[in-house]
Amino acid sequence: LSHGAGGRAMAQLIDEIFRAAFSNPLLDQANDCAVFPVTGGHIALSTDSYVVSPIFFPGGDIGSLAVHGTINDLAMAGSVPVYMAAGFVIEEGFPLRDLQRIAASMGTASRASDVAIVTGDIKVVERGKADGVFITTTGVGRIPPGVALSGDQARPGDKVLVSGFLGDHGAAIMSKRAGLGFETDILSDSAALHTLVAEMIRASGSALRLLRDPTRGGIGATLNEIAHQSSVGIMLREEAIPVRENVAAACELLGLDPLYVASEGKLIAIVAPQEATRLLQAMRKHPLGRDACIIGDVIEDPDHFVQMTTGFGGGRIVDWLFGEHLPRIC
Amino acid sequence: MHTLPGARDTRRAARRVQVRIGGVVQGVGFRPFIYGLARQHGLSGYVLNDGDGVLAEIEGASLDGFLAALRAAPPPLARIERVDVRDIPPDGGKGFEIRETIHRPGHTRMATDAPPCPSCLQELFDPAGRFYLYPFISCTQCGPRLTITRALPFDRANTTMSAFSLCPDCRRDYQAPGNRRFHAETIACASCGPRLSASTDQIASALCDGAIVALKGVGGFHLYCDAGNEAAVRRLRVRKNRPAKPFATLVADLAAAGLVAIVDPLSRRMLERPERPIVLLARRTIVAPSVAPGLRQIGVMLPSAPIHHLLFHALAQEARRRGTSAPACLVATSANRAGMPLITDNGAAHAQLAGLADLIVTHDRDIENGLDDSVMTVIDRAPACLRRARGIVPAPIDLAEDGPPVLAVGAYLKATICIIRGREAFLSQHIGDLDSPQAIRRHADAIRRMTAFLGVVPLVVACDLHPDYPSSRYAQESGMPVLPVQHHLAHLAAVAAERIVRGPYLGLALDGHGHGHDGGNWGGELLHVDGSTWHRLGHLAPVPLPGGDRAAREPWRMGVAVLATLGRGDEAGRRFHTVPQAARLAGLVAGGAFPGTSSMGRLFDAAAALLGICVRQSHEAEAAMALEALATAPRGLVNGYRLNGGTLDFLPLLAALSQPGMDARTGADLFHGTVIAGLSALTASHAARLGVRTVLLAGGCLANRLLADGLAGALRNAGLNPIMPRSVPANDGGLSLGQAAWARLCLKDGTRAGIPGYERT
Ligand SMILES: [Fe+3]
Ligand SMILES: [Mg+2]
Ligand SMILES: [Zn+2]
Ligand SMILES: [Zn+2]
Repeated sequence: LSHGAGGRAMAQLIDEIFRAAFSNPLLDQANDCAVFPVTGGHIALSTDSYVVSPIFFPGGDIGSLAVHGTINDLAMAGSVPVYMAAGFVIEEGFPLRDLQRIAASMGTASRASDVAIVTGDIKVVERGKADGVFITTTGVGRIPPGVALSGDQARPGDKVLVSGFLGDHGAAIMSKRAGLGFETDILSDSAALHTLVAEMIRASGSALRLLRDPTRGGIGATLNEIAHQSSVGIMLREEAIPVRENVAAACELLGLDPLYVASEGKLIAIVAPQEATRLLQAMRKHPLGRDACIIGDVIEDPDHFVQMTTGFGGGRIVDWLFGEHLPRIC
Repeated sequence: MHTLPGARDTRRAARRVQVRIGGVVQGVGFRPFIYGLARQHGLSGYVLNDGDGVLAEIEGASLDGFLAALRAAPPPLARIERVDVRDIPPDGGKGFEIRETIHRPGHTRMATDAPPCPSCLQELFDPAGRFYLYPFISCTQCGPRLTITRALPFDRANTTMSAFSLCPDCRRDYQAPGNRRFHAETIACASCGPRLSASTDQIASALCDGAIVALKGVGGFHLYCDAGNEAAVRRLRVRKNRPAKPFATLVADLAAAGLVAIVDPLSRRMLERPERPIVLLARRTIVAPSVAPGLRQIGVMLPSAPIHHLLFHALAQEARRRGTSAPACLVATSANRAGMPLITDNGAAHAQLAGLADLIVTHDRDIENGLDDSVMTVIDRAPACLRRARGIVPAPIDLAEDGPPVLAVGAYLKATICIIRGREAFLSQHIGDLDSPQAIRRHADAIRRMTAFLGVVPLVVACDLHPDYPSSRYAQESGMPVLPVQHHLAHLAAVAAERIVRGPYLGLALDGHGHGHDGGNWGGELLHVDGSTWHRLGHLAPVPLPGGDRAAREPWRMGVAVLATLGRGDEAGRRFHTVPQAARLAGLVAGGAFPGTSSMGRLFDAAAALLGICVRQSHEAEAAMALEALATAPRGLVNGYRLNGGTLDFLPLLAALSQPGMDARTGADLFHGTVIAGLSALTASHAARLGVRTVLLAGGCLANRLLADGLAGALRNAGLNPIMPRSVPANDGGLSLGQAAWARLCLKDGTRAGIPGYERT
């Protein structure tokens, strides 16, 4: 893939790759923008850029991740995602074959999720000005009437649920990066959660307080955000937190805490206590919520701590990390 | 030495002075002392406590004698910092009185808790006295102080003793000039004072049965068991989930201490200090092996409260009844679950200690300020403090130089806070590791309390450079200008502040981990400090740190890291056959998956792992302590280190230690000797180049006596002047002082660039 002289032909080629992969009536009109009707009510809009290394990882690639990620951000507001836009920044020299693979994977993901990619943009930059390929996806969703999920609605007494095993995506990425990949069987959990969310809203209605997808920073970061937004504390039970054996082993080897490792196909739900069981049952009926469970409670706490009870009757703080896991012990 | 009032004196013209006495003058019998002194000299007037200390007006003829005596022989627990005398008009009044306290905030000092004085001790065992066997006996010269104080001035109403009203006998003593309990705010007896929930006979009987007893003491609950009963000590280890960390012990007296450990004259003086610290001594074999498994040292303390004396008294009687010999020594450990703060509250004790102790003994005097035991050791032939707590706090450290007020919040482990006001640094007691919500709240609470108590508005809050310590977050969210101070710079600045080192110096920080300015993992650093500028002259050659904090807990990881670095990763699986992941980790290290660390602590871990001494540790520094315990005669390995400018590489040493057939004892000697040689060579080379002779030493590794003593000796041999911390812990417990001192230095030098937001104020 080259940039500069002969670039126009190349750009056209790329354009065709994506058009073919994403094909849908709106995109196929080939206008400068996609035009679609809206009805009354609220629209959700979300955008996210994806820069992941490696670009292809066990269980997914940057393309499917970019589709799922934005769908999930829309879904966490309780919306029904409808359309998506995609922007690409591609480094000169990036293999065309890989681009085709990414486009195909995005097309598959968008069709499977029933969220069409209706417009987009492509830029090719000089070698060294980017790292392979960066993808930005922007999505819109319709919020069904009566749904108003937001991060400030957790109340003391509420239950904290997760939809399944945590940390699969981050562990897959890091194992691959560290060179562990060949001997582990950890797959990214990258998936679109909007149909699960629809089931959850159907089951619990307004008893469902909020949803979050624990992506970067894992549930450690996400729960701290919730605790601060809602001015509450959260008490987790260590033994209730679902982590796959191979993920736990990889984390242990690398010295990572699964609480801070990203998931890309899981969600955290906070629900009024009396609805927790019903919600759990509804989640478990959905393929993406089969392993859902309750991991803790929302509590009153002026310091907004996220804590975890451990085996020995003690508790430890689940910190809000600034960045990477830095060593702490002197 | 006091002159009695004579006829000649009274004929002289009367003079009246106002005397203001500052320092530790409340709760130490100062007013009764003034009262007695005034009466002795035939003077009239009054004395009272106020927010600034003691205020007196004295009128009469022999004022000079009075003032001389005041300065010459104050009460033993008092520490006079200033006496201001000014003349005021005489009013011809008669008599002398102790007046009501005047309440207003000021600069007086809180007295520290003191062990029973000789007079109280005698009364405690006097069957004819009214304090016979009373566990809460005290007087103006001894008893609880800081632990029961809610506010100053130190009046009973401001303490948790306010719950107990005086019986007629106690009231009489309290009001009787010349009585040792004249105005003793803690006065109490069996008929009016606090009570234990069980008799000392019950406690003694339980201990002789091998039971674990939780007992509320002066500053918090302790767990006790017979240190000679291996089964009891093991039970305590299991219940406390503390497999190997050494326990401290309590002995009845010096004679008993001599049975447990080697007590030389210096150790004796340390044991007998009023703070009654735990002193680390060379152990004898009398105590059960599980008290300090595999170690050559043992922590010993003498009784710090009447109840301890009563306990040994009751134990002796119980043993006589049973026809056995009494336990010479008790395990005495803070009654908290691992990682949790000290328990001070009766309710919390019952809730948290139910499965831990066979018998829980409380009393009904509330503990306002919980205080751990202080810990001391000997470093380079002089006493050094490892933990500042009971009997030491809240006395300030004199910095001998005025400056702007600053607050420092410490780091992560063994957290303390520090406020500097004027020339004094107030270093808080040991708060604990900031890894539990309770500890983080205690930390914030300590800052609030100390700031209010000292009436200080800090200009800057100093914290560690690490962004994720709860203390750093506190600083960032405080709204004050924040100065992050690099961990090892703070370690060294603490020594400079405490030992009053002003000139340029070299500093050797030998530590576990600190976040570096380059974002790296630091821990074996040579810094050059000149005023408020500093730079990193040298450091240990980085070794991969495979797994962050996990590597700090699992020395096998450092062992694997070294093997892989030596190109011998294939040995990892065989050497660490109890660790299924060793071979995989070696592959990851070889693939460059992990960042490096220049930590001295991790180097100890690597050596201990390679010598097969310690694969996983259950408590901090377990591997290093085991390695130290094995060494007897440190000697350097020829070509054991490579010195390349600022980088000191011990890989050749580690290669030798990991040779098949290397004996652990030999390895321990070689490790200590070579590290000492390498560090002193690194330091000496830079000292010569820069023309600086002063070398400060700090960091957690200084708790290793072989290393500290050896290094001090080697540096002296190189013509340098090594300076160690003394009254401030070399470990992270001293960091807040260093942070505060550094912040103040930056403010004074005008190097404020590093303090974002400072210009706003
Ligand atoms: Fe440190
Ligand atoms: Mg997002
Ligand atoms: Zn006394
Ligand atoms: Zn009484």
